[in-house]
Amino acid sequence: MSKFSDLTRLPDARGHFGAYGGRFVSETLSFALDELEKTYMSLRDDPAFQAEFDYDLSHYVGRPSPLYHAERWSKQLGGARIWLKREDLNHTGAHKVNNTIGQALLAKKSGKPRVIAETGAGQHGVATATVAARLGLKCEVYMGAEDVERQKLNVYRMRLLGANVIPVESGTRTLKDAMNEALRDWVTNVDDTFYIIGTVAGPHPYPMLVRDFNAVAGREARRQSFEEFGKLPDALIACVGGGSNAMGLFYPFVEDDEVVMYGVEAGGDGVETGRHAAPLASNAPRGVLHGNRTYLMSDEGGQVSDTHSISAGLDYPGVGPEHALWKDVGRVNYVAANDHEVLEAFRELTHVEGIMPALESAHALAYAKVLAPTMRPDQNIVVNLSGRGDKDIMTVARLDGLEF
Amino acid sequence: MNRIDQRFSELKEQGRRALIPYITAGDPAPQHTVGFMHALVEAGADIIELGVPFSDPMADGPVIQKACERALKHGVRLTHLFEMVREFRQTDTTTPVVLMGYLNPVERIGLATFADQAASAGVDGVLTVDLPPEEADEFGPVLKERGLASIFLVAPTTSHARAATICAHGEGYLYYVSLKGVTGSAALNADDVAAHLAPLRELTDLPLCVGFGIRDGATAAEVAKVADGVIVGSALVNRIAENAEQPEVIAGELKAVLIEMREALDAMSAG
Repeated sequence: MSKFSDLTRLPDARGHFGAYGGRFVSETLSFALDELEKTYMSLRDDPAFQAEFDYDLSHYVGRPSPLYHAERWSKQLGGARIWLKREDLNHTGAHKVNNTIGQALLAKKSGKPRVIAETGAGQHGVATATVAARLGLKCEVYMGAEDVERQKLNVYRMRLLGANVIPVESGTRTLKDAMNEALRDWVTNVDDTFYIIGTVAGPHPYPMLVRDFNAVAGREARRQSFEEFGKLPDALIACVGGGSNAMGLFYPFVEDDEVVMYGVEAGGDGVETGRHAAPLASNAPRGVLHGNRTYLMSDEGGQVSDTHSISAGLDYPGVGPEHALWKDVGRVNYVAANDHEVLEAFRELTHVEGIMPALESAHALAYAKVLAPTMRPDQNIVVNLSGRGDKDIMTVARLDGLEF
Repeated sequence: MNRIDQRFSELKEQGRRALIPYITAGDPAPQHTVGFMHALVEAGADIIELGVPFSDPMADGPVIQKACERALKHGVRLTHLFEMVREFRQTDTTTPVVLMGYLNPVERIGLATFADQAASAGVDGVLTVDLPPEEADEFGPVLKERGLASIFLVAPTTSHARAATICAHGEGYLYYVSLKGVTGSAALNADDVAAHLAPLRELTDLPLCVGFGIRDGATAAEVAKVADGVIVGSALVNRIAENAEQPEVIAGELKAVLIEMREALDAMSAG
């Protein structure tokens, strides 16, 4: 019997994860969220819907993704064996597509001809543009102007896929502002538009359904662990911005009390400097943003703080509400990795294993470097390699003083 | 009796419609706000909605987003708003003041602290854009204990059943959002507004006030045929934005916008 069984029965009927989550939106969106919740709840346990989802995941995304033993890197670090859950090998190059496949099916069932999305690094935008292209849906993606600059390649990818990328100039010009703008679009075009949220945040039912669609990675990893090394892993590590890839990996293990979990937030220049994007690791106050209550970086007047991270995908002041609860009940340990540790891990995995990770995923790898040497060689760590690093080559090159 | 209820009962006796201007506190700079509030009253405002600047105003269009940015550049916080209302109350003890904003700044200072300070400053009502009644279990009673009205939004997408819940929780007046969109959106359809307000009348005796898309005397009068009041925000905030570099002319500009609406409303009431 797991002491964490209660966690599998959340959210409650009103979308709360303990003190977190909920539905804090302006009235115009309440109806759309009610409708979405009804649609999803009616399909969630529908075998035909699940079969359609599973078919797409295997034939279009290429699932299951491998659980790869990073043998050379494990040896180099000395200590536990490190296994990489290769979400980078999914179609479009990251875990994000698991969720967009699911939500696009919901959009189709809802009869909405237009989808919108917010994106930080561009991975969710690309994954949304991809499924929209496949289903013939009109697609507009909001992206902070600073991120448009940082992630030019993904911007062009989205445009090639037929999406309209709208740079957001308001506020801090990053992910949170893109989400504000997507919500403004949705409130205006709610009749014909489905909002595909990319992370386990936002108003109920989004944190729940994004979790459910991502949990396929954790279910596979759990099964593959038994296949590959005959037991549960001793530890799981995943990066956390909004927290969708971490939620996807962790959720199916939540009742396995012996599996220790680490969520790695963006430490930026260092949590102690204040220039970071680590609301959980820095113990930020509770707050309400984008429709849910969670840990939220804000100043004493309640204004949302600027965040700093080398990775656009983690540059977010809040975090999914279920992670907030998991921090409070001690199910997951939330830590941070600084930009320079992340770059070191990025280079190391590329050199030693021939796998170039996304800078987001490199946060999880940076913590694996810390954790593995403290464990025994017969112990196993599963790290979610949530995305591949092609999109970050320009960023890293710039740090190396190169311009293309 | 709360000043809001008092004001609506006076308006009802006079057969007049409420004119409710919105400005963002601290825009373009905090020292002007109280003067603007008095100017709005001189131009015929019945109730003032004072916007609490927020870094992430998700329900607002670009006009009010930029107003928030201008105010936040001066570090305007809720504590400053309370000072502004207190100063306003030194010479105006009758015009109701409603604070309109988002939940996070309120939660950050604490619901009870917020309500205590708002009530003691002379605030009469609170409209929290991102706090629907389902999430207001805690905040509603805290406001009520201090005599502060909880004002809620109703939208064109609100179902009849939800509207009933909102009406049961609402106090002061109901804020009917005239269109699907953010503040400052262009098109308002008066027939559509009329069609939505009629069923609300069956649910509540609260005054029904309409906001979003009211730009001038003509749109105000059109809406006032079916509403008890009109709320005007972006049209005023636009004047502030246009004159941010010469704040001394803003009060006059705000009055010009409001006087046109006041005259249109009163001409309609008389007719």
